[in-house]
Amino acid sequence: MITVPRPGRPRSCGRDDQDGAGSAVSTRGRSRARAFGLRARLLAAFLLVAVVSAGTTSALTYREARNALLKTAQDTAVSTFRDQVQRTGWGLPVQEEGLEEVLRDLARTGKPRPWVVFAEYGTLRASSGENPVSTVITPELRRAASADRYGSFERVVKDGVPYLTIGMPTVFRTGPDSVLPTGLVLYAVMRMTDEQVNVDALLVAARNGALPGLAVALVPGLIAARSVLRPVRELRRAARSMGSGRLDTRIPVRGTDELADLADTFNESAGQLERSVGALRDAEARARRFASDVSHELRTPLAGMLAVTEVLDQDADRLDADTAQAVRLVSAETGKLAVLVEDLMEISRFDARAAELNSDEIDVAEAIRKSLQTRHWSNDDRIRAELPTGIRARLDPRRYDIVVANLVGNALRHGGAPVTVRLRTEASSSGTQVLITEVADSGPGIPSASLPHIFDRFYKADAARSRSPGSGLGLAITLENVRLHGGTIRAGNLPGGGAVFTVEIPLRVEEDGG
Amino acid sequence: MPRVLLVEDDPFVREGVQLGLRRRGHEVRAAETGEDGLAALAEFRPDLLLLDLMLPGMTGVQVCRQVREHSQLPIIMLTARGDDFDVVIGLEAGADDYIVKPARPEVIDARIRAVLRRMDDGSTGRPAIEVYGDLTIDRVGLTVSKAGRLLTLAPSELRLLLHLSAAPEQVFSRQQLLENVWEHTFHADGRLVDACVARLRGKIENEVGSPRYVQTLRGFGYRFGPL
Repeated sequence: MITVPRPGRPRSCGRDDQDGAGSAVSTRGRSRARAFGLRARLLAAFLLVAVVSAGTTSALTYREARNALLKTAQDTAVSTFRDQVQRTGWGLPVQEEGLEEVLRDLARTGKPRPWVVFAEYGTLRASSGENPVSTVITPELRRAASADRYGSFERVVKDGVPYLTIGMPTVFRTGPDSVLPTGLVLYAVMRMTDEQVNVDALLVAARNGALPGLAVALVPGLIAARSVLRPVRELRRAARSMGSGRLDTRIPVRGTDELADLADTFNESAGQLERSVGALRDAEARARRFASDVSHELRTPLAGMLAVTEVLDQDADRLDADTAQAVRLVSAETGKLAVLVEDLMEISRFDARAAELNSDEIDVAEAIRKSLQTRHWSNDDRIRAELPTGIRARLDPRRYDIVVANLVGNALRHGGAPVTVRLRTEASSSGTQVLITEVADSGPGIPSASLPHIFDRFYKADAARSRSPGSGLGLAITLENVRLHGGTIRAGNLPGGGAVFTVEIPLRVEEDGG
Repeated sequence: MPRVLLVEDDPFVREGVQLGLRRRGHEVRAAETGEDGLAALAEFRPDLLLLDLMLPGMTGVQVCRQVREHSQLPIIMLTARGDDFDVVIGLEAGADDYIVKPARPEVIDARIRAVLRRMDDGSTGRPAIEVYGDLTIDRVGLTVSKAGRLLTLAPSELRLLLHLSAAPEQVFSRQQLLENVWEHTFHADGRLVDACVARLRGKIENEVGSPRYVQTLRGFGYRFGPL
């Protein structure tokens, strides 16, 4: 391919690293082990409802059954005791001797179980048991027993043992409806251990009924969670797939519930997004095609114009001053236009991903020396080259030449002499060997405001300088060429002043292609 | 001065290139179509054909093939496209070199001179005729014959063979060959070399698949032999 030495590129101002890494935030790790995820919350809600309903039902049942059980026992006991007391003939005043015998008789016939009977008459105390005075009869019962002629009862728990205590006064019948207390009060104390056992059994039964109920309640909970979570999972997967660029992702819509509505909405939005992105892509492709077409179309007239510039230059001397100036201007601008169109074509090829790498294994120092030589820079004392020998790399010689020439030309034009070209190899952080080409100048450096834009197309670091000798695409083309090699380029300033461009290209010396 | 036949359909480019080359002392005849160009060959007897790749009717590639059928006239392709694909097709059809439009006349002139320059390297102190296997190379008469039969080699093919065989078993990289054989001072497309090697092998090798004379050293380049 024939090219003419390119003038240097305008120093535009540069992105340090164009790889665009660092913006990706990992979304992994969030998906697992979510403490209070939707599933957990749904299950908890189901369990809560089940616990409340099973608990309430059991508690009510237990209370009713327990009450019925105890009531039956105490009703029986109270009425039996009342009958016993009424049937027994009490000789008044009550004599202590023989009383215990009577009490023991009463105690034996206690129902539903035998009980211990106590008698209190004035200061007289007697019982069918060993102690004349009971320890479980409360003062409240004593008071109630003396007040109510039909007797009173009370359930007492003492030392963990439940007792039923009944107080029954003996009376004289003074008329058809009137009675008088005799002063003798009898108490019956019955253990309610059997009843307690029955009540406990009831409790166990209620609990045993409730627990499997809770377990069973988990099943519909899981099913409900699943039916809710499946669409949610699908939605998540679809959203992630959209995020990774597959804009044609859609969710199957099942049923007519809110989740189906959500899926519908998602699909609709995805469709709209896909359409607008498609439209944008089309517009971008059209713009690129247009740039490429324009460059192509410009080449033919330029071919004719460029062919006659030499004639114009040679004959300009023989023309009058104004015409000569005009002719030289046209000739010079034609040359620049040709460079610009050539650069536009090159950029278009990169944009269309039509740029190919034709790599050869080359001696890199030799390649740089040749690049400088062909542009008549080898004996230029503005340029210093520090090129260690023996570095070989697989590079596209033509593209590497463009990189070196553009950077050196750029440094000469926008930096300041001396310009230093350095070559070295280094192990990168990932352990692979990289080829480092460095072009440093001794100028004022790049303004920090311009640094992020230095590789932009047509970027002018100095807004006042509307035109520069280059096409304005030099550094953008350099960047693309470096990227094509899988490398990176960055621009910066040296501590002591001057700009430095650093190109890093992974060293690949494996062989492929002849 | 070289006689150049220019085949170019665009009138402005045709006139411009004609003007530029004439100023540099070339005798230029221009043709608008491939058919016209082929017709002018016999009458004008040019030293070199400057051929546009994109032509209405007969394309540049077809013209190139037709010329190569009976002539080893040096051919330089003019391509308005930078698309490598077209260049490769043109080179495979037998073109010796190519120029990407737009190009200055001094560049076109330099390419023409490079293609027309007679090979004279390596002839001093060497026997004029060298024999390698079936191949007989006459460095003075600039002929190559294989098993007694004279081969018709295009200028670039002959030049490549002479260059490689002047230093048997020495490996030349594609960039070295582009500089030494084609006199490209700038890094040119290495496939120019690949296409020429492929054409040369088609003519001198018994089996193109396992070449004996022009061998490939993967990753490094090409060499002549060892036989």
